[in-house]
Amino acid sequence: MQTSEAKKVNYLSAQHTVASWLLTIDHKRIAILYLVSITVMFLIGGLMAAAIRAELLTPAGDLMGSDTYNKAFTLHGIVMVFFFLIPSIPATLGNFLVPLMIGAKDLAFPRINLLSWYIYMVGATIGIVATVTGGLDTGWTLYTPYSTAYATTNVVMPAIGLFITGFSSILTGLNFIVTIHKMRAPGMTWFRLPLFIWAQYATSIVMILATPVIAITVLMVAIDRGLGLGIFDPKAGGDPVLFQHLFWFYSHPAVYIMILPAMGVISEVIPCFSKKRIFGYNFIAASSLSIAIIGFFVWGHHLFTTPQSMYAAMAFSIITFAVAVPSAVKTFNWTATMYRGSVSFEAPMIYAFGFMGLFLVGGLTGLFLGALGLDLHVHDTYFVVAHFHYIMVGGAIMAYMAGLHFWWPKMTGRMYPEGPAKAAALLIFVGFNLTFFPQFLAGYAGMPRRYHYYPPEFQIFNVLSTAGSSILALGYLLPLGYLLWSLRYGRAAGRNPWGATGLEWMIDSPPSPHNFDETPVVTWEPYDYPDAHRRTAEHAASEAARV
Amino acid sequence: MSEIASRLQHHFANEEQQYDAATFGMWVFLVTEIMFFGGLLTAYVVYRTAYPEVFATASHHLNVYLGTFNTIVLIGSSLTMAMAVHSARLNQRQKLAVYLILTMILGSVFLGVKAYEYTHKWHEGLFPGNFFYAGPDAVHQRLFFSVYFALTGLHATHMIIGIGIMLVILRMSMKGRFDETWYTPVEITGLYWHFVDLVWIFLFPLLYLIQRHG
Repeated sequence: MQTSEAKKVNYLSAQHTVASWLLTIDHKRIAILYLVSITVMFLIGGLMAAAIRAELLTPAGDLMGSDTYNKAFTLHGIVMVFFFLIPSIPATLGNFLVPLMIGAKDLAFPRINLLSWYIYMVGATIGIVATVTGGLDTGWTLYTPYSTAYATTNVVMPAIGLFITGFSSILTGLNFIVTIHKMRAPGMTWFRLPLFIWAQYATSIVMILATPVIAITVLMVAIDRGLGLGIFDPKAGGDPVLFQHLFWFYSHPAVYIMILPAMGVISEVIPCFSKKRIFGYNFIAASSLSIAIIGFFVWGHHLFTTPQSMYAAMAFSIITFAVAVPSAVKTFNWTATMYRGSVSFEAPMIYAFGFMGLFLVGGLTGLFLGALGLDLHVHDTYFVVAHFHYIMVGGAIMAYMAGLHFWWPKMTGRMYPEGPAKAAALLIFVGFNLTFFPQFLAGYAGMPRRYHYYPPEFQIFNVLSTAGSSILALGYLLPLGYLLWSLRYGRAAGRNPWGATGLEWMIDSPPSPHNFDETPVVTWEPYDYPDAHRRTAEHAASEAARV
Repeated sequence: MSEIASRLQHHFANEEQQYDAATFGMWVFLVTEIMFFGGLLTAYVVYRTAYPEVFATASHHLNVYLGTFNTIVLIGSSLTMAMAVHSARLNQRQKLAVYLILTMILGSVFLGVKAYEYTHKWHEGLFPGNFFYAGPDAVHQRLFFSVYFALTGLHATHMIIGIGIMLVILRMSMKGRFDETWYTPVEITGLYWHFVDLVWIFLFPLLYLIQRHG
């Protein structure tokens, strides 16, 4: 059986030409295309982060001038948010796993899936080329009227890049929603879906409802600047606060586009390494949806310092607190899942632990910022910077790393080396906290964001932060090395190296081009951990019998 | 019928699932379109509330007769589109072609009238931006016309795309690609076209009619 499996064609070995990759409509290959592209984006964004941290080592602006610094943090923000974090988990792990987990042969619209990658590449290329050649100094938020009337840098091209990239996100969300509705295998009822699927579904809802609004908004910014339409320009009677409303109507839910799939990954990893059914399945599924829905009504908390009505601000503040409830439901349920489980500490689980700790800090400081009075004090300071990095990096990227390690054997057929992986996970956790925790303190003490020089009393926080960022960088480079190494030298993974439940673990690693030889019929509940290995073995035996 | 079998893409279990996925996908896409127009309509609502009188005055510059004519033309095109889908369902290839062409003609008439209106506005100096005329309360009038051009321009773009799609559908139909068991592209093009018409049904009163006599 071992030899016959080795000879089987999988999605990686099926074809080898460059064209077979660039024209593929296999969701697994498209996932790999995305994986490679967003890794490049992550490196570009990370390079900018390194430049920012190096500059902030001293209170004087000795490495770059103000204009260059403005361009550096703008490029960092735009690349990391729009070109890395938004597509990260959905477009790579989601693309790879959604059909596998529900027992389908592909997403509902494979060609649209490939189209979304091309749209992403076009948008990202325009965005990057524009920000590198002309530079953009508006910050990733593109606030008007600075962006439309006063900035001397190149606004139109990056705005068009973002407009285009938005459609890639819309098409991915659309594809997932239709796939999850229409392509589930027989017996795969809604409440037998893995929680990762529920999370992707909730994410997709946010993608299709919020992304069109930012698309039209940045398009207006571009036209405004090009033709002087004046919709957001006070000189022409327009209202810049309207821009902020429209911008945050997308950009706050965008945080849920990052964190919901991350929560989905954690909901898979924790039961697997606790060898226990997840605690409160229904509540975790429902909390994904309620975060997606409530998340649409909190955007005003970014506008507490604008002339927004006091009553609107109060409502936004209360709803912001309300989002904490479903997030807490998840955190408590993950903890309860581990209680009396057989917890083991493989790398994905260490990342998951890291996620829980960092997400907790990020989430709780989010409540600080949702409070009307306190927000005025820390608005636009490093406190905010630290908070959203705890969510986006500490939350979303930790979970992305957890998921990447967890499903790496499935995607490549090889095991990554456990020792270096654990070391990297710990380095990232330590480096992350050293980088961003001092920023809470600096921000609370009043250090504003987006300046490259600062009063000397803040230097101690910035030195700590820069030191931490070098550890963090090492932590991120390490996986790049050993994951590539494992492609060639890693141990063969087998179908189910973790003893995990889920349809994706019953088939070969890497899967065959069409995923399932025969559409599976699901007769069991999700996360039935005692039965995981037996089910994979049975499935392998039945496949062998058919051959 | 190997052709029928080849229509069923490999990842679907049966044609019904494939049809359901396609139509559902189009509905989801239309939801995103609502949000797309929604962003601009929000701007419209905000500014109309902020400057109601100016917006009322500014809307007098629009030609309500041309607007009404265009509304009738578009509703007519929705009818011919519906007939096209109906013909496709009955596998009446010739009728399908006629109705598709009629729909495209009506769509082009609409765009032609729109182009005439735009030219007229340009000559009156009502094109927003740096060429805007300097009449009474020009700043806020300009805002009305910015919103007007953005909304109707976006709508016209959707119509041009729709006509392009119909050309493709027409070609597919002439090659005999559709029959009564499979005409999904016609069906979802119809959904799209009806949506674009519906957007105009909202834009017409909002831009041309409200407060005209108030």
